[in-house]
Amino acid sequence: MSNEPMPELQPVKSGSFFNNPRNRAAIYQILLLLGLMFFFYTIVSNALANMEARGIKSGFGFLTTTAGFDILMSLVEYDATHTYAKTFLVGLLNTILVSFVGIILATIVGFIVGVSYFSQNWLLKRISIVYVETFRNIPLLLQVFFWYFAVLSALPIVRDSINFGDAVFLNVRGLYYPEVVDEPGSAVVYGSLFLAFVAIFFLRRWAHKRQDETGEQFPVFLTSLGILIGLPLVTLLIMGNPFHLDYPEKGGFNISGGTNVIPELMALALALTVYTGAFIAEAVRAGIQAVPHGQTEAARSIGLREKRIMQLIIVPQAMRVIVPLLNSEYQSLVKNSTLATAIGYPDLFTVFVGTSLNQTGQAIEIVFMTMAVYFAINMMISFCMNRFNESVALVERK
Amino acid sequence: MKLSSIIAAGLAVGLSFSATAGTLEDVKKRGTLSCGVSTGLAGFSQKDEKGAWSGLDVDVCRAVAAAVLGDADKVQYKPLTAKERFTALQSGEIDVLSRNTTWTHTRDTSLGLNFAGVNYYDGQGFMVSKKLGVKSALELDGASACIQAGTTTELNMADYFRANGMKYTAVTFDTSDQTRQGFESGRCDVLTSDQSQLYAIRIGLKDPSSAVVLPEVISKEPLGPVVRQGDDAWFNIVKWSMAALVEAEFLGVTSANADKMKAEGKPGQKRLLGSEGDAGEKLGLSADWAYNIVKQVGNYGESFERNVGQDSPLKIARGLNAQWNQGGILYSPPVR
Repeated sequence: MSNEPMPELQPVKSGSFFNNPRNRAAIYQILLLLGLMFFFYTIVSNALANMEARGIKSGFGFLTTTAGFDILMSLVEYDATHTYAKTFLVGLLNTILVSFVGIILATIVGFIVGVSYFSQNWLLKRISIVYVETFRNIPLLLQVFFWYFAVLSALPIVRDSINFGDAVFLNVRGLYYPEVVDEPGSAVVYGSLFLAFVAIFFLRRWAHKRQDETGEQFPVFLTSLGILIGLPLVTLLIMGNPFHLDYPEKGGFNISGGTNVIPELMALALALTVYTGAFIAEAVRAGIQAVPHGQTEAARSIGLREKRIMQLIIVPQAMRVIVPLLNSEYQSLVKNSTLATAIGYPDLFTVFVGTSLNQTGQAIEIVFMTMAVYFAINMMISFCMNRFNESVALVERK
Repeated sequence: MKLSSIIAAGLAVGLSFSATAGTLEDVKKRGTLSCGVSTGLAGFSQKDEKGAWSGLDVDVCRAVAAAVLGDADKVQYKPLTAKERFTALQSGEIDVLSRNTTWTHTRDTSLGLNFAGVNYYDGQGFMVSKKLGVKSALELDGASACIQAGTTTELNMADYFRANGMKYTAVTFDTSDQTRQGFESGRCDVLTSDQSQLYAIRIGLKDPSSAVVLPEVISKEPLGPVVRQGDDAWFNIVKWSMAALVEAEFLGVTSANADKMKAEGKPGQKRLLGSEGDAGEKLGLSADWAYNIVKQVGNYGESFERNVGQDSPLKIARGLNAQWNQGGILYSPPVR
């Protein structure tokens, strides 16, 4: 027995292709994919066949027909003679508007409240805690109703508008304020504003480099502010103020002229801001607490002032924790904006899935389009936040 | 193994999607009629403190239940907003939609639905605050209007203002209640809806006398029950239940005298009530289908007066909704 030579170990060749685990895995994947495709094909074709059998129209032809209804607020030109495709656009822009406003304001509120938690001021800290615990725990729909039906509906009617110097009016139909109307030459002022931003960008770079090289600091913030206000102001005067203001005036029924923010938008933006702000505050608090206390002590030991410690040491490190959390809060906010339908703010959900769907009856197409839009918006937010996250992430040695 | 179960599941989903014909059998098997009504509209479909539904639209549900199941109370009510109603019917969630729904060409031809008759002839009107001093809808240029979303009202409003070269701001809400709140808080100057609804909404105001309904009627709104297309037997049942209500009034049969008429009425009355002929059998129902309707729900006139007419807070006159020989346009095909 012991004299027999050991059989040489060789890769098994028999039948070969199917015995190769990699090939087998690939085959299973392909079969599963085919199965899934068949599954969805069955659902779609079945739905189409049944809809046809019951005389329900399908397809996207409705997009080019006239909508025939009016919409409360539109960022682009729209009236009842436009098409359903246009109602989609109007709704989409309104959704983006309220989401954008909500995200900006919620971030500001969230950071202020979150940082306040660490304040030495007893009252400020308590307010921060009470705010978070209150608004985080009340359903958003209730908050939307609260702002709309309890707060904004209590504003005076048009003829008793709260009047700020005959220029700004506040009443139950919203906030009316003068509209800035362009005159020839206004482009130069916009150009100078853009120029100011570019100048600030380069100033910051220069100041940073100088500090690295010489250790001397430059008052970047004040200089930037000066450029931002000064440059457009100078061009404004040189061009002889190429703008005029269109003041709102009380008309027969409504206030005419000027421009206005409808109460539905105010209520929704307020509710989204206050609600999401509470969650962002918690994210900020978590982020700051995640930075070891040793960092603060180390910063103190090298003689940094308290404010600078927060700004230069704590917040940049806290961002690593905060940013991924912010991402999901922003996505929730966009999805929550569909609560607009409860108070009639004409967002995509209200206008398109609401009125357009009801007038055309094209439920499947319209719901599909709308789902695709919210998916796309949230993917974009995710993409941007991931890029931002990479920029604040811990830089590791490669 | 996995794959085959996935395919099986796919087929099951596909099959269940198509199993909808035979609403009559479904209803009988279930023992209740699933009826879509409004979320609350005085006189048409409203819920009292005890949770019992009543109203002109509700009576259509009750009539169908009486005809099919022999008991008008065997109805399961599904309150729906204007936006939800057609999808609920198309998907089979409800058997009948009786929710002040206007019969229009688009709805009848492209949504896979059939209108089974008209239970109220309505028209769109306007309600304004008395304080505005507006006497006609043509004075409403520049006004804000509260409208319920997903209705023909929205479209008529746009048409009317465009035709008269006037501008307005459309403030749309989901429910009739919200439009009332909007109107009361001053969010809009005018509330526009079908006239019958205007009266109902006006009663719900804190101070009903502070609002007036303008004389203009800007559209035709024939409201009626709706069923899914493709189930003709069921379509017939709902159509004739509706017709039986109207025919009973025309023949002078009421809930009070139904028993007497069934035994010793004129031939037409006996045919309707099932003591002569086979009207019920032809519908696939029992012989006393219409007797049950009249006995338990009353005839159309009784239902009208009880819910929206002189015996109700709404006090709407019969107007167009009177029998054809009484100055109205109600005209039921004969039961024979």
